[in-house]
Amino acid sequence: MEWIRIASMICFVILAPILGCMLAGADRIISARMQRRKGPPFLQPYYDIRKLLDKEKSSVNSVQDFYVFCSLLFMVITGALFFAGGNMLLVVFMLTLSSVLLLVAAFSSNSPYAHIGAERELYLMMSYEPMLLFTVIGLYIFAGGFGVMDVVEGGRMPFPYLIGIFIGFTFILTIKFRKSPFDLGTSHHAHQELVKGFNVEFSGRTLAMVEILHWYENILLLGFVALFFLNGTLWGYVLGVIICISVYISEVLIDNSFARMKWQVALKSAWAVALILGIGNIAVLFATGV
Amino acid sequence: MSNTAKSPWLIHYDGSSCNGCDIEVLACLTPLYDIERFGIINTGNPKHADVFLVTGSVNEKNAPVIRQIYEEMLEPKVVIAVGICATSGGVFRRCYNVMGGTDKVIPVDVYVPGCAARPEAIIDGVVKGLEILERKREAVRMSRKKVRGVPQ
Repeated sequence: MEWIRIASMICFVILAPILGCMLAGADRIISARMQRRKGPPFLQPYYDIRKLLDKEKSSVNSVQDFYVFCSLLFMVITGALFFAGGNMLLVVFMLTLSSVLLLVAAFSSNSPYAHIGAERELYLMMSYEPMLLFTVIGLYIFAGGFGVMDVVEGGRMPFPYLIGIFIGFTFILTIKFRKSPFDLGTSHHAHQELVKGFNVEFSGRTLAMVEILHWYENILLLGFVALFFLNGTLWGYVLGVIICISVYISEVLIDNSFARMKWQVALKSAWAVALILGIGNIAVLFATGV
Repeated sequence: MSNTAKSPWLIHYDGSSCNGCDIEVLACLTPLYDIERFGIINTGNPKHADVFLVTGSVNEKNAPVIRQIYEEMLEPKVVIAVGICATSGGVFRRCYNVMGGTDKVIPVDVYVPGCAARPEAIIDGVVKGLEILERKREAVRMSRKKVRGVPQ
């Protein structure tokens, strides 16, 4: 079994940016069609990255690029660990570490715009972290272990037992995908009141790294979504992929139909969801003795 | 066409115009014209931008702002003066505080005259600017090679 784990790690490292790029391209086209526009070419995110790599090198200080690189590195390791069937708790903690390093990079510049963007992103992290932990705890109680493999090889589909946690997780996905109404930290679209949030001081190659990091992160999070539907059979995987696609399309729809909300709303609603759906579901699991 | 010309992000600065050209620039983003077809994103950050759209004439107060935005943009970059005021000063040319067109402060690559410039003309100007952007990218790449000492 060892070689399958190693192969899936390598597959993630190579395929995740490709899939992430396609996802971002599809996202922009679907968004455009929802706004009755034609939209950019499918490979537009790839052209953007190539352009950014061609730009003149510039950085506000010498450590910023290093922080962003470390953030990308930890994101790749986190994803590789998840897809190799590793420990979910470690995955969640390293995901947080990666996000924090990105914010440290933003804070390392003296730009007030980057500071405001990074502070808002911190509020968002405060909002989604409890639900992320409850997701892992729920899967732990269900499968009896923190390993991704424990869930996959358990033979039972987690979704019927963890339906509350699944809904809570898709709620915080809106924050993690940086979609409206919770795109306070930064946004991919032409919302300009924040300029570009914590991305303000990143340019050229650094911004390209941040984009690639976002692709890796999206694929990892969709991996979590699929995990709820795996039961060890091929049908589980097929269902997982279908649910991932429909979840992403509904996130795009939400993105296009909501205005941006204040951070207080994000915090209150995410914590309410975590308390009611997260703890509620865990309580039900305990009560029924699953 | 290279990747640089496929993904021009623009920043828009209103000098001292009547806002007519700015409305037309924003009209380019609407579903009718949809400049995202060309991969164009309207960004608010000079560090992310490749194309600098200036509308309105340059006066003593906004000259340093225009210069700063231009300097914050990374190479390769192009400047497009949109509307007759940005091109030459237009009807405000003789005003006591107006210096003239954008080219009094920074080098301009493409001029799009008109009062106000129509969205079609602006898109045409940007697409023309992309050819210049491509040439500049090639120049930047060559100079990078020279720095590294790679034989040409």
